Amino acid sequence: MRLVAAALALSLATPALADWQATLDAARGQTVYWHAWGGDQRTNDFIAWIGAEAERRHGVSIAQVKLADTAEAVTRVVAEKAAGVAEGGAVDMIWINGPNFLAMKDQGLLHGPFVADLPNAAYVDLSPGAAASLDFTVPVEGMESPWRLARFVLVHDSATLPNPPASMAALADWAAANPGRLTHPVAGNFMGATFLKQALVELAPDPAALLAPVTEAAYGTQTAPLWDWYARLRSNLWRGGRTFPENESAQFRLLDDGEVDIAMAFDPAAPAALVEQGLLPDSVRVFVPEGGSLGNISFVAIPFNAAHRAGAMVVANLLLDPAVQARMQDITVLGSYSVLDPARLDAAQRAAFAALPTAPALPTLDDLGPTLPEPHPSWMTRITEDWVRLTAE
Amino acid sequence: MIRLVPPLVALAIVLPVLAGLAGTLAAAFGHLPALGFTGPSLDPWRDLAALPGLGRSLWLSLATGLGATALALLAAMAAAAALWPRLSSGAAARALAPLLAAPHAAMAVGLAFLLAPSGWLARLASPWATGWQRPPDLATVNDPAGLALAAGLVVKELPFLLFVLIAALRQLPVAQAMAEGRALGYRPAAVWAFLILPQAYRLIRLPVFVTLAFAVSVVDMAILLGPATPPPMAVAVMRWMVAPDPAGMLPAAAGAVAMLGLTALAALAWLAGERLAGMAARALPLAGRRRGPRATLAAGAALAGLAWLAGIAALAVLALWSVAGRWRFPDPLPASLSAAAWAQPAAGWGEPALATLGIGAAVTLAALALAIGWLEAEDRGAMPRARWAVALAVLPLLLPQVGFLYGVTASALALGLPGGAAAVIWAQLLFAFPYVLIALSGPWRGLDPRLPATAAALGAGPWRRLFTVKLPVLAGPLMAAAAIGLAVSVAQYLPTLLLGAGRVATLTTEAVTLATGVDRRLAAVTAVLQAVLPMLGFALALWLPGRLFANRRGLIGRGAA
Repeated sequence: MRLVAAALALSLATPALADWQATLDAARGQTVYWHAWGGDQRTNDFIAWIGAEAERRHGVSIAQVKLADTAEAVTRVVAEKAAGVAEGGAVDMIWINGPNFLAMKDQGLLHGPFVADLPNAAYVDLSPGAAASLDFTVPVEGMESPWRLARFVLVHDSATLPNPPASMAALADWAAANPGRLTHPVAGNFMGATFLKQALVELAPDPAALLAPVTEAAYGTQTAPLWDWYARLRSNLWRGGRTFPENESAQFRLLDDGEVDIAMAFDPAAPAALVEQGLLPDSVRVFVPEGGSLGNISFVAIPFNAAHRAGAMVVANLLLDPAVQARMQDITVLGSYSVLDPARLDAAQRAAFAALPTAPALPTLDDLGPTLPEPHPSWMTRITEDWVRLTAE
Repeated sequence: MIRLVPPLVALAIVLPVLAGLAGTLAAAFGHLPALGFTGPSLDPWRDLAALPGLGRSLWLSLATGLGATALALLAAMAAAAALWPRLSSGAAARALAPLLAAPHAAMAVGLAFLLAPSGWLARLASPWATGWQRPPDLATVNDPAGLALAAGLVVKELPFLLFVLIAALRQLPVAQAMAEGRALGYRPAAVWAFLILPQAYRLIRLPVFVTLAFAVSVVDMAILLGPATPPPMAVAVMRWMVAPDPAGMLPAAAGAVAMLGLTALAALAWLAGERLAGMAARALPLAGRRRGPRATLAAGAALAGLAWLAGIAALAVLALWSVAGRWRFPDPLPASLSAAAWAQPAAGWGEPALATLGIGAAVTLAALALAIGWLEAEDRGAMPRARWAVALAVLPLLLPQVGFLYGVTASALALGLPGGAAAVIWAQLLFAFPYVLIALSGPWRGLDPRLPATAAALGAGPWRRLFTVKLPVLAGPLMAAAAIGLAVSVAQYLPTLLLGAGRVATLTTEAVTLATGVDRRLAAVTAVLQAVLPMLGFALALWLPGRLFANRRGLIGRGAA
């Protein structure tokens, strides 16, 4: 099966389009079907703006296909491949990372490598081992292009919870003292999985072991403290740990309703944005565990059979434009941190970032502390499976 | 030309369902050549058996589906007995229309906004009555036992069952049966329970089984109101289908087959229940019992009233949220009103609303054309007026949607039919056509045969008779059938999701996605639109015939038949 996939990928991969102008010409007039998680209105608005910008600059339009779960787009490509649709596929571009990327890369479902062909890739640090070269420890190898930075943060309402717990271990103690006031999204959702991974990284005897693919022995040793911690925590969770919110948006709603005291996000600017939209109280603040928190970069990838490959590349390149990245980091627009390397920007480009507005609920990069590396995706898969088994009993 | 209709229906409706079933079945036994799997193999079943919480998932689907259908039917019967004969069809239609028209997804979103611990009911009663400054930690929705899901199904299915029951009662000599029963010394409750309702039930068995199959396999309402760890079986299967690992598709197919088995099991249990109830209804009066189950009927009628109120309140809270500004617990009403969610159609509801309308119009027209062709073909003897033919057309309604839609998606891809609006229209047609056919066939067959006969005697050919006599006379029922077709189309979740290739966002898929989003106002706007669109269709169907036939009074109101 994997051999067939590899052969198919080889036969379909087009030679990299060295000439960017040729790509721009081919892209003109195309509509890029960008499959992107649609649960965040500000992201949807930003994608709509990118669409207008791409239309204005390059004659490329974007149709966002709003997903409830990125896996839907992956499944679509898998189904098309199964049916022999090697050209003119429905998916042109996917907002992707982690296990979904690994699954698509392994099965030869991606077009590329293409990142090095993008002119604006010059602003990104793509050296081996750099943050944008690894996706959950999996080498990117030019098969997906970065566009926004994600950091795991916890969120509290300073009016009802002035001093939030400072570590995942302390969180369990706090929950024991305040039963029913904490929850996390289901582990099948990336936010819920990240919550468990943050605890894993803090509690594992040897966090470095998490960077390698999981083995049976390593899993036993490294996750034992995690499951002990979770057993202690679970009965003190909201609804007695029998029911969990579907995703972080649902949990933000619980925070606003006062059903829980803590929420979480993978976008440090999300809470400030929600305050501004009148969806969270003004007293909401962001905090991170004192040892730092997990972080990764979100990418866009192009399926092997994308109907509008050139258009997708033009959009991927536009996303890395310094002016676009500065607008993306603007809290009044999206507030998502840039993936560009400041050292590669000129003075005017850097000034655009320095001039961005701030907000009380918006942490500075210093507030966020160190970024902890994501474990290899195989860990997340195992933890999610075990969590599902645990909670289905 | 009319001879082409039966093969067309077979090709467009029956064949894909059978092919979908066959494809799903083959994949369940490890045969999916496109992905490099060649069976037969029992591995998919072993994987399915290892699914965490499988037993609970199966039980949840079966219990909520059977329980909700039984409760809804009981309450519908009790309500019909309590309200008859004051309940004219016009009044019933008006009272039930909003609940009939609102799709399951919209109703589920509204009920969640009503019943959740932070919902409107708790806000109205807090803190003055409950003492709650913050919402209580109670699982009033998404509860592990599936009670909220069952309640949601009752609220949505009850109006439908009551509606068909009233139509059935109209065909029965109810007043005469009551007079005879009373003369023999039976109490009114006994006349209803032993004499009238069993006869009426015979006439509504098909809608009841459709309701049962739907309730066992519902996906959208189960996502919104049901438990998630583990979810009901249909949701578990759907999740497996959209998981990134293609190897998951084989156990998903096995799960789909399990759903078919589960639906069959539910139907068998229901048949057994029918026999028991029938035996009781015969045996009790024979044993000399003259009193009826008055307390049960009263409780059922109370339940029906409560469900009706909950449904109306759910729609009201949707409307309220759609114009709310800031509205925090425990404020009984929004602190401010805002039209922001409505004011920017381009940012949210505009395109899904247009897509829903366009797809709905196409589905409705296609279903109407096929149904007219089908009935006209019967009239001309081009196809037999047989039960099996109707049974085949109705098949998609009696099967769980996840049971064959995956196979349908795979065949559509294999046939080179690209995912998108066209595929969605066709998939929705599978479900809209049977409803339109059933809605139209009664009035069509009840058409006064002297009208076409007179036209024929005056020299009109079959086409002229169809277009100048039958269709104009049947304008009312045609509009009603069209309104039903539109409502069915608007409500479809799974066909839209699976065959739309993710490119087709309708109000239904948006409502389900946004319901778990952070902004209740956006979810409320899509849900309100989703409920309003079918309602406008029904209103038009009621209003238009009167306008069209302002000078043909005899033609108005034939739609009630």
